[in-house]
Amino acid sequence: MSQMNENSICDSQEVSRILTRIAAEIVDRNKGCQKLALVGILTRGVCLARRLQGIIRETSGQELSLGVLDITLYRDDLSHATHHPVLRKTEIPFSLDGATVVLVDDVLYTGRTVRAAMDGLIDFGRPQSIQLAVLVDRGCRELPISADYIGVEVPASPQDRVMVRVEESDGFDLVTVTPRSFFQGE
Amino acid sequence: MGFKRKDLLGTRGLSATEIKTLLESAESFKEIAERPLKKVPALRGKTVINLFFEPSTRTRTSFEIAAKRLSADAVNMSALTSSVVKGESLVDTVDNIQAMAPDIIVVRHKFVGAAHLIAGRIGASVVNAGDGANEHPTQALLDLLTISEHKKLEPGLIVAIIGDIAHSRVARSNIWALTTLGVTVRVCAPPPMLPRGLEELTGVRVCQRPEEALEGADVVMMLRIQLERQDRLLFPSVRDYARIFGLNRQRMELARSDAIVMHPGPMNRGVEITSEVADGERAVILNQVSNGVALRMAVLFLLGGQVHE
Repeated sequence: MSQMNENSICDSQEVSRILTRIAAEIVDRNKGCQKLALVGILTRGVCLARRLQGIIRETSGQELSLGVLDITLYRDDLSHATHHPVLRKTEIPFSLDGATVVLVDDVLYTGRTVRAAMDGLIDFGRPQSIQLAVLVDRGCRELPISADYIGVEVPASPQDRVMVRVEESDGFDLVTVTPRSFFQGE
Repeated sequence: MGFKRKDLLGTRGLSATEIKTLLESAESFKEIAERPLKKVPALRGKTVINLFFEPSTRTRTSFEIAAKRLSADAVNMSALTSSVVKGESLVDTVDNIQAMAPDIIVVRHKFVGAAHLIAGRIGASVVNAGDGANEHPTQALLDLLTISEHKKLEPGLIVAIIGDIAHSRVARSNIWALTTLGVTVRVCAPPPMLPRGLEELTGVRVCQRPEEALEGADVVMMLRIQLERQDRLLFPSVRDYARIFGLNRQRMELARSDAIVMHPGPMNRGVEITSEVADGERAVILNQVSNGVALRMAVLFLLGGQVHE
């Protein structure tokens, strides 16, 4: 696909600015919290959570626990999935009981992934609270879910394609929107 | 990539990619056994019927736990309590089960091809949990999963399988799966326990003496001697078998120093394996059992989590 039809929303500089801001917001909002943890949703949410962990370590000296969550087994569309989902390993190497957990994902869209992630987390224990951090909120929710920390809001229709690329898996950081008109012209 | 079959009837014919997909998924399922709450909702609302025409405790329990940890409804039917004892044919039994709309049927039967027959008759996914002396694919796959925790499953790896090869579906399924991955397989058994044409058919090496099979092996897989078959005079006496083919500490020294010892159970201690070896630090026999649940969860998930067109 031609990159020309993709509108760049954030470049890598902008992405790191956003993550620095979200890291500061997380620290600020959870001052005095004894058990604060980050849990990234596979795949890109984990990359972002790991970066937030690094930024918080550098800026405030706090060492937050980091967990990895695969939501495949909690999806509500397993039997509808056209391609077979690949199961990856969930790793929550700390107790969630009484913890404040910040779930991290790249894009917030229908809210179904976050619903599945919350079900998954609760199977590991009873967190004191769960907060949600996303790089992009593209709207069009199908469930009553909202984020606590939002990098950038990109109002997009369901036909638009919002993509987050991160250095760890894609080689560079970039948020793009490919508008509906492009697909209609195909 | 992936595993798109309706049924898992054997390891024969599975591609290396399919085997790897199953093992990788199983790897991810291991973690669930360590959770305080050992249950995920992946197969909620699916019905799994364990249809066992032969006695089994371990395999049936393993499948039942796997299904329940995936939130499926697991129902056990054993031949002892079923209409089979009242004279119903296999086909009629299966038609009746199909009418209850299960999603997955796990079958064990003493006749070769029973699972294939059932799979061809019904829309539900079928898992072969042992058909006669033919195949027992989930046992072989859990063996591979256990090997992969210690060794790389690739050409160059040497696996020695010692025991009643001819009557062992575990041996067959392991041979097919291991050779598909390019692993070297050596087998050793008293001549009446060796199927004819095995070398030509599968590319395994048949060894006359266990010492020959064990020399430099990375994995030693001992098979259960079916004492109930003793009346067929496949070997002179249990004592002779233990002396000539049994795995003891001295024989084990022929294998690589980091070799692992496996046994599909149930073990005849003092016959095919001494207690010293079975309980020794190189034995991974109980890991096999733990891995069995994870592997069967992966199989049920991959079969039951998709729509079959």
